[in-house]
Amino acid sequence: MGDHHHGPAKGLSRWLFTTNHKDIGTMYLWFSFAMFILGGTFAMIIRAELFQPGMQLVEPGFFNQMTTLHGLVMVFGAIMPSFVGLANWLIPMMIGAPDMALPRMNNWSFWILPPGFLMLASTLFMEGGAPAFGWTFYAPLSTTYAAPSVTFFIFAIHVLGISSIMGSINIIATIMNMRAPGMTYMKMPLFVWTWFITAFLLVAVMPVLAGAVTMMLMDIHFGTSFFSAAGGGDPVLFQHIFWFFGHPEVYIIILPAFGVVSQVIPAFSRKPLFGYASMVYATAAIAILSFVVWAHHMYTVGMPVAGELFFMYATMLIAVPTGVKVFNWVSTMWRGSLSFETPMLFSIGFLVLFTIGGFTGLMLSIAPADFQYHDTYFVVAHFHYVMVAGAVFSMTSAVYFWLPKWTGRMYNETMGKVHFWISFVGFNVTFFPQHFVGLAGMPRRVPDYALQFADFNMMSSIGAFVYGASQIMFLYNVIATIVSGEKVSDEQVWDGAEGLEWTLPTPAPYHTFEVPPKIEATPAHG
Amino acid sequence: MLRLSRNPGADTAIKLAAVACAMFAFVFVVMVPLYDVLCDALGINGKTSGVAYTAVPAVVDTSREVKIQFIATNNDGMPWEFRPQVTQLTVHPGAATDTIFYAANPTSLPMIAQAIPSVTPSRAAGYFHKTECFCFNQQPLEGLASTEMPLQFVVDQDLPKDIRTITLSYTLFDVTTMAGSTIAAR
Amino acid sequence: MSIKKSLMTAGATLSALPIAALAQNQVNMSPGVTRVGAEIYDLHMLIMIICIVIGIGVFGVMLYSIVYHRKSKGYVASQFHESTKVEIAWTVVPFLILIGMAVPATSTLLEVYDNDDAELDILVTGHQWKWRYEYLNAEGENVSFFSNLATPQEEIYNSEAKGEHYLLEVDEPLVIPVDTKVRFLITANDVIHSWWVPEIAVKRDAIPGFINEAWSKVDQEGIYRGQCTELCGSYHGFMPIVVHAVSQDEFQGWMSAKRADKDAQIAASSVDLSLDALMTEGESVYKTQCLACHGGQGEGGVGKAISGSAIAMGDLGVHLDVGIKGVAGTAMQAFGEQLTDVEMAAVITYQRNAFGNNTGDVVQPSDVAQHKQG
Repeated sequence: MGDHHHGPAKGLSRWLFTTNHKDIGTMYLWFSFAMFILGGTFAMIIRAELFQPGMQLVEPGFFNQMTTLHGLVMVFGAIMPSFVGLANWLIPMMIGAPDMALPRMNNWSFWILPPGFLMLASTLFMEGGAPAFGWTFYAPLSTTYAAPSVTFFIFAIHVLGISSIMGSINIIATIMNMRAPGMTYMKMPLFVWTWFITAFLLVAVMPVLAGAVTMMLMDIHFGTSFFSAAGGGDPVLFQHIFWFFGHPEVYIIILPAFGVVSQVIPAFSRKPLFGYASMVYATAAIAILSFVVWAHHMYTVGMPVAGELFFMYATMLIAVPTGVKVFNWVSTMWRGSLSFETPMLFSIGFLVLFTIGGFTGLMLSIAPADFQYHDTYFVVAHFHYVMVAGAVFSMTSAVYFWLPKWTGRMYNETMGKVHFWISFVGFNVTFFPQHFVGLAGMPRRVPDYALQFADFNMMSSIGAFVYGASQIMFLYNVIATIVSGEKVSDEQVWDGAEGLEWTLPTPAPYHTFEVPPKIEATPAHG
Repeated sequence: MLRLSRNPGADTAIKLAAVACAMFAFVFVVMVPLYDVLCDALGINGKTSGVAYTAVPAVVDTSREVKIQFIATNNDGMPWEFRPQVTQLTVHPGAATDTIFYAANPTSLPMIAQAIPSVTPSRAAGYFHKTECFCFNQQPLEGLASTEMPLQFVVDQDLPKDIRTITLSYTLFDVTTMAGSTIAAR
Repeated sequence: MSIKKSLMTAGATLSALPIAALAQNQVNMSPGVTRVGAEIYDLHMLIMIICIVIGIGVFGVMLYSIVYHRKSKGYVASQFHESTKVEIAWTVVPFLILIGMAVPATSTLLEVYDNDDAELDILVTGHQWKWRYEYLNAEGENVSFFSNLATPQEEIYNSEAKGEHYLLEVDEPLVIPVDTKVRFLITANDVIHSWWVPEIAVKRDAIPGFINEAWSKVDQEGIYRGQCTELCGSYHGFMPIVVHAVSQDEFQGWMSAKRADKDAQIAASSVDLSLDALMTEGESVYKTQCLACHGGQGEGGVGKAISGSAIAMGDLGVHLDVGIKGVAGTAMQAFGEQLTDVEMAAVITYQRNAFGNNTGDVVQPSDVAQHKQG
């Protein structure tokens, strides 16, 4: 590892060749923000087209490319890498490790991401256009009927998958091997726990996604018939494989968010997290259940009734551990000494909106009712409540919470609060009306709609523009903090925050915990 | 294999990489065959067996009648004329029944077709046995030629009592360009 | 009538102001016109109300905390961090609530799956981007037809005012009798589609190569509209479903008329038409069938350009072949079965004479019939 006392290298090579978990974390975070802006741009095009009935801006085929790329970029480019970035920055600091277990692999797992997304984005300029089959890419629309760019899409998915798997392996290896002496599993902060479980999910299911796209590739180019009925295959098999990956994927996205909120809420409640052990068990229960509920995405494919009942009951069961988590967070706030700085606002925003998303999730789990909800805007509203208000709000909360520790500078609190309120209002104006149009019968992924959906769609679009614009304020606030924020000298930063990372100097030095900390002196968990 | 005392994570990483590779293989060697097994067992998608049923002739249950409907559909780009000779039959469970599907190739080129069967309700698929079916093989037809394709089936006496109608649908695919590879209908 | 009209105009003006018109907007699921639909609606309301009650509880506690347990009010945090009793309670109680939900959900699901003993069977086939319906008759020939979007391109591209049923209107609706158990056998011709009519509570995926079934028993006469709900390509948003539920007598009449129509069509193919008549008919067929891919001026798009094309200006036999049999491996479908001979003759004539392709060719229905014979 060479001389531990030097700082970062200078210039571009610092970033290209770095094996430092903080540098890599920073790159992941910036990359994911860039993807968030790109995916957001696609969303703005979608909402602009849907502002009024009739086709105004884009052609239907291009609209489908936008919905597809919006989904892919947000899930694989924005949300997942952002949490990997957070894990890189925080896990070593939280468990008292000097770095990740496999620093060089860490470098690779980041640096294959940008070429992967470049490949995906380049499909926009290809003959026949970008993938236009939705982020769920159901066969045969994505095989026999796809534009030639689908091959690039498949390779891009492979690259992203490999990156994710390498990142997860690194996280597991770090947590299992690099904990400071005395840092037992049940003393780990909840963020580390949720990531630990998430990483196992990723290692288990990203290869399944790779398998699905490999089969597509073989069907398209090598004459196999995995998904084509003509050769004895079955397009529904694709859906089973995809959702066997896809449902755990949903929890891959939300579990680290649970972890963040479990750090932030106790800090600003000045009170330990309620039910730490049950939080860990609930997370594990959700992860295990996520493997046996996949077909609830496919209630309308015509499964035998016994299958429908099994998947319905299993899905409903997930409400139990999820409920435990929500109750625990509320109990953490109960009789605390609350203050409402920006990270806390975003975490409370998460809690409220994620709970609403959880309720609609429970409604969607009811198979007969799902026949009316399936593939409508009700579903769109549901998963944006858990993905945007869930994952993105908690990620935003995390950035505000740890930014002072990372940079040694304080963000502008007023601007942060304004950012929260505009986001919160903008988000709800965008997505709440989508419940209504969905229930009233508007299918998802349509570029145009009947007149009775016009008013709510206009509201939705206005909300989306507001929410989108508020992210510019976020970007400005972060850059302004880095460049000229008020210096924080207190290593604690937040008076209620607990955990090893807050015992480090502010800003966190390039190398930390080269000598393992003494755990006995620190509280069990934050 | 690799013992890097300098880096305790390497062992864990190798094990996990093996898990990831195993999961990739799992999709091909477990999920796909398992799906087929489950389809056969549960009749998912109304799939029926791709091989001729050869069980001993069963006793005919004349106390029950089951309505059998036939549907013929052409897939995209398939120009053949394709229809059942009778659209509906009433049979007794256990009785072997014959029927015929008519196909004609209106183009001037020889073509090869594959008929894919699907039964609904899917619960009935496991009780609908084909003793002879044109769907077991690809069907070549010269340009402008026509043919009558036979189907013989038996409805199992164990068919659940609440099933009184079974619909058998065939979708005809043009496999002229795929032919040559051995494709078994399922 | 005129009062109704002026009210509608007033409504249209109001709807330009989004908030003012909110009262007109449907915000909830429709119980529909079937017993199963009503059961699903009740189930939906039950679960939603349970969720709202739990939500009020959870958010109430949270709000109380936010208001009263503030640092700025000098509230001192207590340090409790677990309670086995409470934690067991809030694991067990939700579990019991879930069981309470599962019971009605299961019984409704079983009813949805009870497809047997239907009095009428209709085969529904999803095509890119239209539906085909075929009435399966025990005796006699099946009646079948395609159902295309009827909204003109001018409305979609905003050069004309949008009609009341914008995007939810078809050239030929599905007609079903009321008080009759109708079974829908659902499949697809190309990619996966999904057939959904909210008010008759049917949504089922149409999967190429496989058959699905669903049923409905409509209680009320009326017109019910739905859409394809599975992304099926560029024009996924433009393949609506319209169901006319009519009395049994009316249905029988419609069915006989439909059969007579078929005979009339056969008779019509032997009559020659004038160029003008063919061009007029051809233009309307072009607009519903060809325009989406080939463009309003035949300039091309998803499909090849027709204006100045070698096919539309070259050998008539090749042109007819493309129209009737489609082009394998491309989005160009075989229209031979979708169009009558008259329509085919008209649209081919139109393509050969419009968009500056002034070939002067006149194609008669008998030419099409003859070409089909080989």
